[in-house]
Amino acid sequence: MGILIDENTRAIVQGITGLQGSYHTKLMIEYGTKIVAGTSPGKGGTRIENVPIYDTVEEAEENHSANASIIFVPAPFATDAAMESIENGIKTIVIITEHIPIKDSISLMAFARQNHATIIGPNTPGIITPGECKLGIMPVHIFKKGSVGMISRSGTLTYEIAASLTAKKLGQSTCLGLGGDPITGLNFIDALRMFKNDKQTETVVLIGEIGGNLEELAADYIEKEKYPKPVVAYIAGRTAPPGKRMGHAGAIIMGKAGTAESKIEAFKKARVQVAEKPSDVAELMARAVHLSSMDR
Amino acid sequence: MKLFEHEAKNILMKYGIPIPEGGLATNINQAIQVAARLKPPLAIKAQVLIAGRGKAGGILFANSVEEAQKAAEKLLNTHVKGMPVKSVWIEEKIRVKKELYFGITTDRFKQCYVAVASAVGGMEIEEIAAKSPERVIKVQINPQQGLFPYHTRWIAKKIGYTGAQILELAKTFEGLYCAGRDYDAELIEMNPIVETTDGRFIAADARIILDDNALFRHPEYKKRLLGEGGELTQQELEAMKNDLAYVKLDGNIGVIGNGAGLVMATLDTIQYYGGKPANFLDVGGGAPSERTAVALRIVLSDPNVTALFINILGGITRCDEVARGILAAKETLGVTKPMAIRLVGTNEEEGKRILKEAGLHAFNSMEEAAQQVVEISRREGR
Repeated sequence: MGILIDENTRAIVQGITGLQGSYHTKLMIEYGTKIVAGTSPGKGGTRIENVPIYDTVEEAEENHSANASIIFVPAPFATDAAMESIENGIKTIVIITEHIPIKDSISLMAFARQNHATIIGPNTPGIITPGECKLGIMPVHIFKKGSVGMISRSGTLTYEIAASLTAKKLGQSTCLGLGGDPITGLNFIDALRMFKNDKQTETVVLIGEIGGNLEELAADYIEKEKYPKPVVAYIAGRTAPPGKRMGHAGAIIMGKAGTAESKIEAFKKARVQVAEKPSDVAELMARAVHLSSMDR
Repeated sequence: MKLFEHEAKNILMKYGIPIPEGGLATNINQAIQVAARLKPPLAIKAQVLIAGRGKAGGILFANSVEEAQKAAEKLLNTHVKGMPVKSVWIEEKIRVKKELYFGITTDRFKQCYVAVASAVGGMEIEEIAAKSPERVIKVQINPQQGLFPYHTRWIAKKIGYTGAQILELAKTFEGLYCAGRDYDAELIEMNPIVETTDGRFIAADARIILDDNALFRHPEYKKRLLGEGGELTQQELEAMKNDLAYVKLDGNIGVIGNGAGLVMATLDTIQYYGGKPANFLDVGGGAPSERTAVALRIVLSDPNVTALFINILGGITRCDEVARGILAAKETLGVTKPMAIRLVGTNEEEGKRILKEAGLHAFNSMEEAAQQVVEISRREGR
């Protein structure tokens, strides 16, 4: 269970011969992910970590019935790689690559919508369903199977919070990195919907940051839908000045839009608990789990 | 990357959008030459990458070449809102009947570009949207179709124009859309675009922010960004050249961490305990020891820094590498400022052992480390 990926996921790695691609292929296989093939145009016919490499996604897909892809291709070529996967019927695509131009991402997302493909990222650490499958670059020892669903725009901050949840024996169903770019495939509302329907998920941690209004829209969704599972939120960037990009391409306050205050206020209005510090997330979650267990 | 007004106006001109007659001057002689070929009254505008420059005294007016010279003397080589004025744009003042707004930005939720227009211009669009949301018109642009002339005509009509004026105004909107598309702008706006007393439309001010991630397609701007005379400080420039993300803030606690979200959270936690961060610095994933050293050099070049906080959660990043980087930098830079280090994750034991041998303690919890650094920065501040 969990969302988007599980033990039936059969993934290809696009850009498998690169430094990051080959390194993380090894780690994903070690975790138990079924990496069935890799692509690297011009290097078809070779192998890495005993994974067969093809020149095209078409061959990889035909020979191994792949249903997911993870992309490590450099930014100028990453959208090309993603579109190749979409055109060959791959429905779940994780884009690890950072620094993809907005214009390219916008075209890619339109193409994905048209073909009913799900894009995770770009600029994401990926996704992990602990104990079953990981399509990503996250260190695995901090995650543990459980019932907390995690959605985040950030990598290391997710690790920080996941580690503190695990330390409190609050394991995770699926941890999903949306990506730090302004334009990403999945957003908070998409993920909240999926977690709502996932039986393994009982609570949700939402990690947002400055920039854009997707957290506000998520808060609105939670309020209007009377979201049935407890949600705890953390928003990074309370101290960020306007007009400055804080590391992530998407983490920027424009004028007065996209501030942490606006997001925190929206969550409070939706009666979502907002943690002041990263370690408070696990505390609040432990309390929420305790309260909902008393309800039952 | 933010473009200066004169850069933005030159781009608009290429796309057939009328702009006021004008020219750029970086010194007084140039200012006199430019003013002499223009028809007064003139506006002398400081070229600084900051909003609200008019209110801050960055725009002056002149009725003669002599007055223009005086205005240029007043502005050049001074500061507006803390930003140095290295050039002025001198242009003919236009007779304003009405100020409008038109811009293109991104809609994150709909995953597309969006055209935004308003019959009220001259102030920030967020402000217009907050005061009178009903006067803001938005058109989401279908990525596979683009913005068509019928869209721009519709917008012109919606903000209250009729007859031939619709066509003229729509043409400027279309030009702006094409410019934004071709230059990979994440924001492009004419604010205001002015209706003159004789019924023409002129872009009185223009703002363009290029997508940093698309600069590889626009090498001339990348060169300008990394060269002299841009908006970047020495620290920001060095950070960019080393692929680090650095933002200067106004506190005294220097911060280095890995991962944008974690560093933002670190700044927030410092503030939570009553401290003030001096900067944001993300060393990124897999930070080898040299990068850690460069990061330390950049952070310490800020004279306000009295204490340091290094917050590393190793995933791809290895703690032993970071520990070696810290020690190497300490030695080569002669770092004497007190620091709090938090180091957990991949190869944590080895990293901590290396630090301990050098007499440095590493915390497990970022909150504890943050409290510690706030404490020492208070002591140092005295």
